[in-house]
Amino acid sequence: MQHERIVLMTVLTFTLILLAGAYAAGLLGSLTGLGGGFVVIPLLTLALGVDIHYAIGASLVSAIATSSGSAAAYVKEGITNMRLGIFLEIATTIGAFTGAILAAFIPAHFIAILFGTVLIFSAIISLKKKSNEVNLKKSYLAEKLKLDGQFPEGGGFIAYRVINVAGGFCMMIVAGIISGILGIGSGALKVVAMDGVMRIPFKVSTTTSNFMIGVTAAASAVVYLQRGYIDPGICMPVVIGVVLGALSGSKILVRTASAAWLKYLFAGIILILAIQMIYNGLLGRI
Amino acid sequence: MRIQIIIGQLLRIGVFTSIGIAFLGGVIYLSRHGHEVVDYATFKGIPDYVKPANLFTSVFELRGRAIIQVGIMLLIATPVVRLIFSAIGFAAEKDYRYAAITVLVLGIIIFSMLSGKAG
Repeated sequence: MQHERIVLMTVLTFTLILLAGAYAAGLLGSLTGLGGGFVVIPLLTLALGVDIHYAIGASLVSAIATSSGSAAAYVKEGITNMRLGIFLEIATTIGAFTGAILAAFIPAHFIAILFGTVLIFSAIISLKKKSNEVNLKKSYLAEKLKLDGQFPEGGGFIAYRVINVAGGFCMMIVAGIISGILGIGSGALKVVAMDGVMRIPFKVSTTTSNFMIGVTAAASAVVYLQRGYIDPGICMPVVIGVVLGALSGSKILVRTASAAWLKYLFAGIILILAIQMIYNGLLGRI
Repeated sequence: MRIQIIIGQLLRIGVFTSIGIAFLGGVIYLSRHGHEVVDYATFKGIPDYVKPANLFTSVFELRGRAIIQVGIMLLIATPVVRLIFSAIGFAAEKDYRYAAITVLVLGIIIFSMLSGKAG
């Protein structure tokens, strides 16, 4: 694989640039709910000339950190549907393991193109109007598996039911595979499975998806770890930066009522990064 | 539900402990190698000092990158430990079906860990 951009810099400079970039990624990722990996991978590959395998390793580790950090709050508030999350983790972990194994056989430039495509898809999903519509239709499987639940809203609780369990489960296998190949949480795909297919209210599907990302990512991280994708020199600034950024993001979110313009800004940035990744992938520069 | 609060705390403690360890390792790493030139342009596979078999001797030699790697491993272990707590929680509620589902997810991750070596 040819690399046209060989970047010469010291470890210290590299670490500081990554720390700042990861902080920005974590901040934007938490404000928009897309996660930091979307900025981390292009930053490493396009701007710093790092091999994409190291980039997906660092991104995956940062996804575990942000997922675990923010899931803590939602689990406490009782929004997360733990049974649903754990049941669907069967699908996502099988997918993540498969994806991590596949990643070794997929050429780097194809990973870049796939990443760009998923990026565009996620940006569109993030702009879609969210509804907390509640489904009350019964499903045999959902009842059997006790997946129906309730979430807190305005002092009371709203009950909801889950449908199309098998369809959602299959979609989660796909989300897991994508996560394992690209080293991202693939939160957008998980939300599509829960929100679109299983008709789960948006509030519940986003928090449950976030809750699942840690376990899903752990299934592929144990493979990455043994293959050398997770480089300590890269992961250290990325993880610290993303977590601090996400922490700042959660503080801002409390203060400002609407982050609508930020959403559009981030979607725009993501679109540009996605096109860059696909373009460089097609040219074989990644 | 008490177990939910415990799980929430566990996740938070896991993340911050591992980041603290990674930071410590990072300071050592930067103080020793900060002025070297980075080279990540080509993927080289796993370096010797962070291979699982050598990791602990490397940590005792206070190698910065080995310490960072321990922090990262702890981070990866955090959601896995959460699963163990969930399984205990479900068993305590006498929800054996979900205790079994949780153990199955744990099994998939362990399988992934044991068979991820080749390649």
